[in-house]
Amino acid sequence: MTAPDTAPDTAPDTAPDTALPAAAAARAPAAYPPPGAPLAIIAEGLSKRYGEVVAVDDISFAVPAGQTVALLGGNGAGKTTTIAMLLGLLLPDAGRITILGEDMLRHRFRVLPRMNFSSPYVSLPNRLTVRENLTVFGHLYGVQGTAARIAELAEALDLGAFLNRPSGDLSAGQKTRVALAKALINRPALLLLDEPTASLDPDTGDQVRGWLERYRVETGATILLASHNMAEVERMAGHVLMMKRGRIVDQGAPAALIARYGRGTLEEVFLDIARGRGNGAAADGGARP
Amino acid sequence: MSPRDNPFALPPLHGSTARRIWGMVYRHVCLFRSSWPRLVQLAYWPTVQMCIWGVFSTFMQQNSGWVAQAAGVLIGGVLLWDVLFRGQLGLSLSFFEEMWSRNLGNLFVSPLRPWEFVASMVVMSLLRTLAGLVPAAFLAVPLFGFWLGDLGWALPLFFGLLMAMGWAIALVVVALVLRKGLGAEELAWAIIFGLAPLSCIYYPVSALPGFIQPIALALPSTHVFEGMRAVMFRGEVPLGHLAWAAGLDLLYLGIGAVVFVLIFRAARRRGLLLSIGE
Repeated sequence: MTAPDTAPDTAPDTAPDTALPAAAAARAPAAYPPPGAPLAIIAEGLSKRYGEVVAVDDISFAVPAGQTVALLGGNGAGKTTTIAMLLGLLLPDAGRITILGEDMLRHRFRVLPRMNFSSPYVSLPNRLTVRENLTVFGHLYGVQGTAARIAELAEALDLGAFLNRPSGDLSAGQKTRVALAKALINRPALLLLDEPTASLDPDTGDQVRGWLERYRVETGATILLASHNMAEVERMAGHVLMMKRGRIVDQGAPAALIARYGRGTLEEVFLDIARGRGNGAAADGGARP
Repeated sequence: MSPRDNPFALPPLHGSTARRIWGMVYRHVCLFRSSWPRLVQLAYWPTVQMCIWGVFSTFMQQNSGWVAQAAGVLIGGVLLWDVLFRGQLGLSLSFFEEMWSRNLGNLFVSPLRPWEFVASMVVMSLLRTLAGLVPAAFLAVPLFGFWLGDLGWALPLFFGLLMAMGWAIALVVVALVLRKGLGAEELAWAIIFGLAPLSCIYYPVSALPGFIQPIALALPSTHVFEGMRAVMFRGEVPLGHLAWAAGLDLLYLGIGAVVFVLIFRAARRRGLLLSIGE
């Protein structure tokens, strides 16, 4: 599989114009995504309601190929709903989704072989061994040399010790690694990860984050990440979409957001937005990308 | 956008419909391979049923002229009924397995098409039914001197017609469970047992009250069991009953497929594929 064209590894989210005062520079985000960058995801005017509840409210964003972008927001902010719509598991009430150059709502089977996902809301059959589960998904994704690919993933994610054990017998952390292996079985060009390191101890979580970063750099894959782990987002994401009540209320590179809100960490920015306070121009105002 | 214009166009993977269906069948084969009680259970109930009705038949042959005319009519009935029952249950349970394990989200973001998913469940239903039926059918020979193969060339037709009816019912059951959640899984058993009295497994359709007979004759299974008795009693294959059963099967399979497609779409609108599970 050849990798899609990649955008620069570090996203120019803030204009590196040293002539401007630092505070002003931080308040003036550069165009995102960078003009001319190939876009792995284009979401336009996405909306989703469940009865009276508005889960996602007319959001638009784009993710350049080869980058990691994070969706951040509190519980019920609309992150999982957004990811489910991007995956084709959930039909939006309105809007368009283009993934890897294809209209996801009309031609999702053209693009599904090129993407994959991991989420705590789904799991693999407990009675099948890890190897059997990965073999099943190797067949479903049309992976050539499934056994060799499983061996590669077992090495990378340290699955070797329990490859032949039933998935149901694994610890939460081991299950998370197996879910990641399943998400990587087809060498996806686009990876959607919902809480990818949930349940992992700090050491394993750090290894997995490192492995995902290497995977992105080496293959040019695009990663869209939903996470509550702010340190993880700061480390992995070049750009952050802050969601609240189904809307994207702010966005930018982690460092730019921290500077714009005058805070020390992304977690403090998150709390400012969640509680509707702070220095951000659009902490509660529904800013649009 | 044409593939030539798409900057993300990549060389094709090695996926195919046959490989994806095999992937799903392999998933269920692994399940049975890892759990011998599941495998034994497949054959256990049909064998027990066959034994009960075999003993009853032996008794009735000595006391009932009707049964004595065609030894084994009750055993034949119970074995063919099990084709319908296992056919329906085999498809439904394969689907429930995915719901119980909260795996639907993984499956439906893969390149597996919904119709390929259904096809894999049909294959599993066939394998489950054969695994249940074959041991019981062979055991009936030494125990009661009944060989199901004596139905001749009509046997594969009866088998196919009953399997098709089972799949049609299962598609509706699966759709309702997808819509209503696993609380509705009892339907898999309840619907099929509700149809048993109307299918005239052990008695002719003429034994039913007159106003119920048209309802019974709207079921493919009733025509199959009437056909089975015609073969056993008169040695003739009633083509009319076979044609009715085939036509009704097509109708019900069509209805089942439409219901499944509509509810699957509704599930995608409601986000049920991600959230549903135990």
